[in-house]
Amino acid sequence: MTTSGSDVTVENVVRRVAAGHRGQRGALLPVLHAVQAELGHVPQEAIPVLADEFNLSRADVHGVVTFYHDFRREPAGRTTVRICRAEACQALGAGSLVGYAREAGLSLGETTADGAVTVEQVFCLGNCALGPTVEVNGRLHGRVGPAQLGAILNGTVSS
Amino acid sequence: MNNSSDSTAHSDFTARSDFTARSDFTARSDSTPRSDSTAKVYVPRDSAARSVGADEVADALQLAAARGDFDIEVVRNGSRGMLWLEPLIEVVTPHGRVGYGPVAPSEVEGLLAAGMLDGADHPLRLGVVDELPWLARQTRVTFARVGVTDPLSTQDYLEHGGLAGLRAALELAPEDVVTEVTESGLRGRGGAGFPAGIKWKTVLGCTDELKFVCCNADEGDSGTFADRMVMEGDPFMLIEGMTIAAHAVGASEGYLYIRSEYPDAVATMRAAIGIAREHGWLGKGILGSALDFDLQVRVGAGAYICGEETSMLESLEGKRGMVRAKPPIPAIEGLFGKPTVVNNVLTLATVPIVLADGAKAYQELGVERSRGTQVFQLGGNIAHGGIVETAFGVTLRELVEDYGGGTFSGRPVRTVQVGGPLGAYLPTSMFDLPMDYEAFAAAGAMVGHGGLVVFDDSVDMAAQARFAMEFCAEESCGKCTPCRVGSVRGVEVIDKIVAGEHRDENLALLEDLCDLMTDGSLCAMGGLTPMPVRSALAHFPDDFLGGRRSLEIQPVQATGVRTEGTA
Ligand SMILES: Cc1cc2nc3c(=O)[nH]c(=O)nc-3n(C[C@H](O)[C@H](O)[C@H](O)COP(=O)(O)O)c2cc1C
Ligand code: SF4
Ligand code: FES
Repeated sequence: MTTSGSDVTVENVVRRVAAGHRGQRGALLPVLHAVQAELGHVPQEAIPVLADEFNLSRADVHGVVTFYHDFRREPAGRTTVRICRAEACQALGAGSLVGYAREAGLSLGETTADGAVTVEQVFCLGNCALGPTVEVNGRLHGRVGPAQLGAILNGTVSS
Repeated sequence: MNNSSDSTAHSDFTARSDFTARSDFTARSDSTPRSDSTAKVYVPRDSAARSVGADEVADALQLAAARGDFDIEVVRNGSRGMLWLEPLIEVVTPHGRVGYGPVAPSEVEGLLAAGMLDGADHPLRLGVVDELPWLARQTRVTFARVGVTDPLSTQDYLEHGGLAGLRAALELAPEDVVTEVTESGLRGRGGAGFPAGIKWKTVLGCTDELKFVCCNADEGDSGTFADRMVMEGDPFMLIEGMTIAAHAVGASEGYLYIRSEYPDAVATMRAAIGIAREHGWLGKGILGSALDFDLQVRVGAGAYICGEETSMLESLEGKRGMVRAKPPIPAIEGLFGKPTVVNNVLTLATVPIVLADGAKAYQELGVERSRGTQVFQLGGNIAHGGIVETAFGVTLRELVEDYGGGTFSGRPVRTVQVGGPLGAYLPTSMFDLPMDYEAFAAAGAMVGHGGLVVFDDSVDMAAQARFAMEFCAEESCGKCTPCRVGSVRGVEVIDKIVAGEHRDENLALLEDLCDLMTDGSLCAMGGLTPMPVRSALAHFPDDFLGGRRSLEIQPVQATGVRTEGTA
């Protein structure tokens, strides 16, 4: 944990996290997850520090960060809504949830201007018998109809 | 490392309160009163159950207990896999565990008042859960404990046969364990169906000092959730299976690669690994033997292709998940270039029972070269979705119509996609096909991981074919052109066909493209994407004529808790 506010530079966070994973084989992904958990995203300034820690080129690190859907280059909104669009949820009308979000002015992959909500698509959350499935800030909701999605998007459902 | 002990983890899930006001309502019930006064109630902690309110149901029970009205011990078990009945709660009675479901949090008070703690009648009462036909008809081998026990209780695990497989394996020389697994006929459950014993034999035959066991828990296919349910519902079984594999091949380190979409599975497995270490089930000198083996969880980062084994190894090494060309096979040059067993969760989770009961018992189940049981997963537009574990050879019709009870929407079934996003869409005319790796392959389909996704007659198959190409374009690792570019072209060509632009030429082009992807792709991502596309074209050609629109799908119940249907 950080002790004082001035310690919270990207470089300090990355170095501390990397130190915590020293000795682990192939630790770049766990370190990236930990950096994102702390900073909310993987900022550009983290790339050269990671390259130095892992003795890789910046291009290599950049390549890894951009390969995986999970790693964000920008912070997300305060609420992240992920709508499952894989087949089992499609079969129960996931498409209409995406349409509903779009009508509410939220496009997939975008964050609202006030930073409140980010809506994303995801392919399968392992809840395929109780779809359509939506995940809100890490919490799963099954059998989600447009009305419930509306409630979630309006922030009336706490998560 | 966070080695929090199970007893502390448990107290969160348990509520005890003093006995009060019980006698008068016990009198109302016609069941035999329990001998001790604390009622044990199981409420699943499985994430599917939680997605429809299991935590809130548990909270409501705890609240009633805290108020002192009832004396209840809440145990958070895994799910029985009757997912349309979740949250399904079970009360221990002298006659067995009586189930109620699906229970909305607001119904808890009424259930308690009606005498649920004594198994009393109520519209939500399902009867003794073990006797429900849906469950009783199954052959639960790998899933025998899932939903029955508290996943993190070592006592439960031991009382229900845990560690018998590992103890038996440790009595055997490594090559004899390999022989046992080979003779059981156990084939990889991750999709390709490669015999587990043969893979292990290759790793055993390597002389390297350092070898690895990697469990593939990426489970990216839509319609599959059995790996998740094993990890959340019976994590020690997977640890035991991986430890047996380590003994069999001479590995000292294990990795469990879990997709990031499964945070509950990650947390449960990490907790279970900590508990296993404390009990000497992992670490140095396991169970007093000479075996040293330890295990860690690694979390994926949202890439479907990382389910492909070589891509998973690259990811474990901290790289982009680019597929490696084979040979060399991972059994010889796997993680960090060392001999590595890569198996699916279900494959490894089945190993303990094979060792405990012997190869013969397992081998006697199944048909032809598909031995043992398969854990089928019923999802999509289905009335009774969930886990059906049964011997190979069961037909699609039995699974979709008998177990599944048809569609959730109540409309006719039109197609079932079997084996994930790379599997074929089968029409109802093929529903008598037996579930068998070879029979499916002969029919241009695949069993894959055993996931079935049901669609009703509102589905537009041209849209599904287009989605298959779109998914491939989105998730391709990008290494080879047929997959990376072919899938993008595939989307365009299907759009043109549906729009009626030079339909015949474009259909011929699509055929060509499918051939090219099948023959020229490095892995099954590009190589199998033509399967859903071709099956849609072959069985539902009219959908490509441009007239069809997805019919309006009835939105499902917004409250999420109630679904019709009983066992
Ligand atoms: C695109 C693609 C995705 C795959 N996804 C998974 C997966 O999610 N889980 C899995 O166990 N195997 C998956 N596989 C199969 C693995 O490559 C590998 O065959 C399997 O993990 C071996 O274990 P098994 O022999 O126990 O099945 C996938 C294969 C491909 C080509
Ligand atoms: S087929 Fe697709 S996913 Fe597989 S190696 Fe080629 S580009 Fe990568
Ligand atoms: S397809 Fe949506 S949860 Fe699996």
